[in-house]
Amino acid sequence: MHIMEGYLDIWWCVLWFVITAPFVLLGANKIINLIREHPDHKMTIALSGAFIFLLSSLKIPSVTGSSSHPTGTGFAAVLYGVCVTSFLSSIVLIFQALLLAHGGLTTLGANVFSAGIVGPTLGIGVWILVRKLTNKIPICLFFATFTADLSAYIVTSIQMTLNYGQSIDAFVEFMTNYSLTQIPIAVIEGILFFMFATFLMSNNPEIFDIAENIYKKRNSCNERGVSCE
Amino acid sequence: MKEVSRVNNKIIYVAGFVIIAIAVIGTLAWGSANGKNFDGADDNAKDAANRISGKVVEPWTNGIWGDYKLPSETESLLFAFQSAIGAMVIGYFIGRHVTKKREMK
Repeated sequence: MHIMEGYLDIWWCVLWFVITAPFVLLGANKIINLIREHPDHKMTIALSGAFIFLLSSLKIPSVTGSSSHPTGTGFAAVLYGVCVTSFLSSIVLIFQALLLAHGGLTTLGANVFSAGIVGPTLGIGVWILVRKLTNKIPICLFFATFTADLSAYIVTSIQMTLNYGQSIDAFVEFMTNYSLTQIPIAVIEGILFFMFATFLMSNNPEIFDIAENIYKKRNSCNERGVSCE
Repeated sequence: MKEVSRVNNKIIYVAGFVIIAIAVIGTLAWGSANGKNFDGADDNAKDAANRISGKVVEPWTNGIWGDYKLPSETESLLFAFQSAIGAMVIGYFIGRHVTKKREMK
C-alpha cells in the first residue's frame, strides 16, 4: 500500500520527484533500446511488467489486522535492472493513481522511489549475494523478490517518518503499519516467484541468462574500467 | 530422470499454493476471531499520521477525482481489470512455452 494523495508535504513530493525522474527516463530509454536491438526481449519485458500489474492489485490480509499488496518488482529488477523496473513501476502506479485513487499523482515520486528504485536495488544486491552461495535459481529469486518487496515498505515508512515528526515514535508507528504488515506478504511473493522460477528452469532456463549476461557485462566493464552504458 | 523432475515440480507447485492458501485462510480466521477488519495499510497510515501529529491531518489535495469517492463495486472492477491485464500476459507466456516444449518433443 502506497502513500496516499496529498499526505506528503509539497516539498517532499518535489524532492522525491526530482530524485526519481532520471531513473524512470533512463528506464524508458533502456526499454526502447532493448526492444530495438533485441526484439525477442519484448515478451520478457511485458512479462516483468505483468507481474508488477498482477501482484500490486492483490490485496492480501496480514497478521497485523490490515491488508497490503506485494510489489512484484523483484523479477523485473533481476532481469533488467533498476531503471527498467522504475519505469514499469511508474506505469502501474500511474494506473492506480488515476483510476483507483490508490497512491496518488503528488506522491508518485515517493512511491516510485520506494517500490521502483530502492526495493529493486536491494533485491538485485540480494540476488547477487545468494547467487554466490547457491546455484539454485528459485532460491535466489525467492530471496531477491522477498527483499525487493519488504524493503519498498521499509522505505515508505522512512518517507512517512521524514514527513511526520522525524522521531523514533513516528518511525516505529509507520514501520508497524507498513513493514510489519508486509513481512508475510513478502514471503507469499517469494513463494510465488520460487514456483515461477521452478517452472522457468524446466521450460525456459535461458531467460535467466539475461540477468547473468547483464552482471557479467557489468563486471567485465568494471574490470576494464570502462562505462557499460 | 526428466519424469522425476516433472513430478518434483508438480509437488513444488502444489505445496506452494497450499502454503499460501493456509497462510491467507489462517490469517482471515484469526482476524475474524479477534475482530480485525483488514483495512488497507494506507488507510491505517492516515490514522498513524493523525496520532503522531496530534491533530486530524487533512490531505492538501484530493487528486484529479476531488472529493468523489469511487463506489466500492467499481473499485473492485478496476482492480480485477488490473489483475486481468497482468494474468493474461503471464498466462500467454506460460502457454507459449509449454506448447513450444511439447512441439519440440
